Amino acid sequence: MTGVALFFGAIFMVYILGLSLESPEGFAQASEMLQESFLAKLIAWGLVSALLYHFFAGIKHLIMDAGYCEELESGRLAAKTTLIVAAVAILLAGVWIW
Amino acid sequence: MDMVTSITSFGRSGLYDWMMQRVTAIVLLAYTVFMIGYLLFNPDLDYNQWAGLFQCTSMRIFTLLALLSMVAHAWIGLWSVSTDYIKPTGARFVFQSVCGLLAFIYVVWGVQILWSI
Repeated sequence: MTGVALFFGAIFMVYILGLSLESPEGFAQASEMLQESFLAKLIAWGLVSALLYHFFAGIKHLIMDAGYCEELESGRLAAKTTLIVAAVAILLAGVWIW
Repeated sequence: MDMVTSITSFGRSGLYDWMMQRVTAIVLLAYTVFMIGYLLFNPDLDYNQWAGLFQCTSMRIFTLLALLSMVAHAWIGLWSVSTDYIKPTGARFVFQSVCGLLAFIYVVWGVQILWSI
C-alpha cells in the first residue's frame, strides 16, 4: 500500500523537483514551500515515511528472497526489526523536515 | 516456456517479472541511498550546485535509470495489488489504465525536467 501511495504521491515530488531545477527563483520557491508551508511539509513527510517503510520492508524482502529468515522465529524477528528500523527512520525524517 | 505465461504483460513470463522487480528494486535502493546521502551532506544547497548535479551526464543516466526502474517496479507491483484487491474487471481495468498513463507521464515529464536544465 505504501507503494501505491508512493506511485501517486510522486506527482508532488516530481513537481517540486521540476520547480527546483527550472530556475533560481523556482529553487527558492520550492525550498521556501518545503520550509514554510505546513501542507507541503506534511505531504513531504508522509511520502518520505511511506518511502522509508517501503525501503526497509523491501530490503527485508530481498534478504528473505536470498533464503534467510525463513523460519518462524527468524521471520518474526526480521519483521519486528524492519518495523522498528522504519519507525526510527521516520521519526528522524520528521525531525529533519519539521 | 509455455507453462509460465506472462499475465502482467510486462515481461515474457512471471519469472521475468519476479526478476525485474528485484533488479529495479536494487537500482531504486542505490538511488535512494545516494539522494538521501547527498541531501544530508549538502545542507546549504543552492540552485547552481543542485542544477549542476543534474547536468552531469552520469547523474542524468542514473536518474533516468531510476525513473525507468520506478515505472517498471511500480507497474509489476501495482498489477499484483490490483489483481489481489480489485476483483471487478471493469474497475481493475480503469485502475491499471490510469497507472499506465501516469507511468508514461512520469517518463516524459522526467526527461523534460532533466534535459531542459
